[in-house]
Amino acid sequence: MSDAEREIAVDYLARVEGEGAMYLKLRGDEVLDLRFKIFEPPRFFEAFLRGRRFSEAPDITARICGICPIAYQTSACNAMESAAGVRLTGGLRNLRRLIYCGEWIESHALHVFFLHAPDFLGYESAIAMASDYPEQVAMGLRIKKIGNAVMTLLGGREIHPINVRVGGFYRVPTERELEALVPDLEWARDAAVATTRWVSGLTFPDFERDYEYVALSHPDEYAIHDGRIVSNRGLDMAVEEWGEHFEESHVPWSNALHARRKDGGAYHLGPMARYSLNSRLLTPMARSAAAEAGLGPTCNNPFQSIVVRSVELVFACEEALRLIESYRRPPTPFLEVEPRAVTGHGASEAPRGTLYHRYEVDSDGFITEAHIVPPTSQNQLSIEEDLRAYVPGRSHLSDDELQWQLEQAIRCYDPCISCATHFLDLTVERE
Amino acid sequence: MSAARPKLAVWKFASCDGCQLTLLDAEDHLIEIAGAIEIAYFPEASRGMVEGPYDLSLVEGSITTAHDAARIQEVRRVSDTLVTIGACATAGGIQALRNWGDVDEFLNVVYAHPEYIETLATSTPISDHVEVDFELRGCPISKHQLLEAIDAFLHRRKPNIPGHSVCVECKLRGTNCVMVAQRIPCMGPITQAGCGAICPAYERGCYGCFGPAESPNVASLAAWWGQMGVSDLDLVRALRTFNAYAPEFREASEAYERR
Repeated sequence: MSDAEREIAVDYLARVEGEGAMYLKLRGDEVLDLRFKIFEPPRFFEAFLRGRRFSEAPDITARICGICPIAYQTSACNAMESAAGVRLTGGLRNLRRLIYCGEWIESHALHVFFLHAPDFLGYESAIAMASDYPEQVAMGLRIKKIGNAVMTLLGGREIHPINVRVGGFYRVPTERELEALVPDLEWARDAAVATTRWVSGLTFPDFERDYEYVALSHPDEYAIHDGRIVSNRGLDMAVEEWGEHFEESHVPWSNALHARRKDGGAYHLGPMARYSLNSRLLTPMARSAAAEAGLGPTCNNPFQSIVVRSVELVFACEEALRLIESYRRPPTPFLEVEPRAVTGHGASEAPRGTLYHRYEVDSDGFITEAHIVPPTSQNQLSIEEDLRAYVPGRSHLSDDELQWQLEQAIRCYDPCISCATHFLDLTVERE
Repeated sequence: MSAARPKLAVWKFASCDGCQLTLLDAEDHLIEIAGAIEIAYFPEASRGMVEGPYDLSLVEGSITTAHDAARIQEVRRVSDTLVTIGACATAGGIQALRNWGDVDEFLNVVYAHPEYIETLATSTPISDHVEVDFELRGCPISKHQLLEAIDAFLHRRKPNIPGHSVCVECKLRGTNCVMVAQRIPCMGPITQAGCGAICPAYERGCYGCFGPAESPNVASLAAWWGQMGVSDLDLVRALRTFNAYAPEFREASEAYERR
């Protein structure tokens, strides 16, 4: 088998959000061709945002992704507010971060228990896993439900929340309404600690890469919705400078633009990047869960992203509890944002990595240009490089085994193809 | 008994994945549903893909490529009952805004090499292409309506999904009318119920994400909005969001655009 060419093709990658495929052509350990294909049809958000009012951007861009609408709403709000010179403080800032914690809890629980754990345990799905692992599946569902409850209380509903607006919210909850979330969040926090312990005992392929990690970073908190964009290779820039350091290119096999560093190549976004850059700022129980799971100050094995994601689950629950405790209902539900003819930039940490928005707005408040760079389109190159690096030494595996492990490697990124196209059919071909 | 479980397939066309996520968001009922129905094809949740035919197909997303226009025919062929879920599948979705634009210009705005992209000039609902047995509205759909539709399918009865407006839900919920009491422009009078009238309960006007109610009186609403100082063009934009291509909203937005 080792000298024969072979092809591994997955026409429709499962347990990811959206439509994509992978094609790999091998001779022995040598990768002859590799394409991570995104065939999700384009929806042209950046085109039809032109001519809409600045205040419409959060509701419209939320529809790019049903899994992480808060990320879209937050990056859009950040862009419009920074253009107008408005910054949320006090209770409004707590609420913006709290609803985002809800999205991290919901999305991470979905990925850890439903999309990724079945790979490590050899099941096609969490539903198939449920008869052998009933406690874990039930725990995952309950954590997910609690994340959704945070989003529903603050946002009106968990998918495409209706209560987020530029400048804040339509209605802000009372302290007492938020306090009702506390017992469930305390349960979820403890369950996330148990989850971290459980997933740290899974078997991980011996595979590490030297990534350039990129994420938001903030001096006082584990960054979610506010901060500068930094990397482990010296990048440290304001969000407004995105275009000076990153560029996008269009390749024939993908409906999602490929992003790269202007002076370099691939970079890696998401939980492993955030953890490696900001772990010193994690909350106490998240830090001790990471230490108990054997994580050092950084993590370079993408398969261990399931452990890092679980640590972030602990963090998101603890942080949500802290935000509720320090919440004082703000006097007004939103700050007035007056449009100006200026360019606004906004970024936030979607569960799967940094999401960047840029808008040009005219003096009447109409959008004249929109530019949205989702995390999955930025991770495409890193995913392709992982697949290329993973094959050498593993070509003795059967097509089925190799295919499954390569799919698993892609799922490490929790790719969201619906976002990236604004992805996954796996084909491996051996010569 | 398990051998006789009906087979469920979940299909995706152009969409955000939110409506199919609603099935996974039915946390308290998911394992129960998986007991009553064989989840045979649901790529977002499982790499196991059981071949058709299927007893029930849930279809998310709109038709925007020639490939998808052919694929929906195949989905219909292998499906006994076909239910479309959400604004993309029932009305073309937000991406149907291209239907009023120039798709070549749109391609140039987003992509450096438009020639790599295969797309149609329009985004159209599933019912424009194949016969649909039932439609669930919403952007996103309601979890309760989805569970009701699945339960109705299992018991071979008609789903109890009302066609009245959001106003009825505000009354049931005890929410004061935001348009009367706070003079906030609200699309509730012309929008189909199903969400639970969330927006007015959060002191915001309904923005029409469940599409037109039965016999919507858009002219009357437009007159009310006009008295509140809303311009015709603002009304046109309000009608042109997630259900822009639903016939009643489409015709009204075109009429007010011409005025």
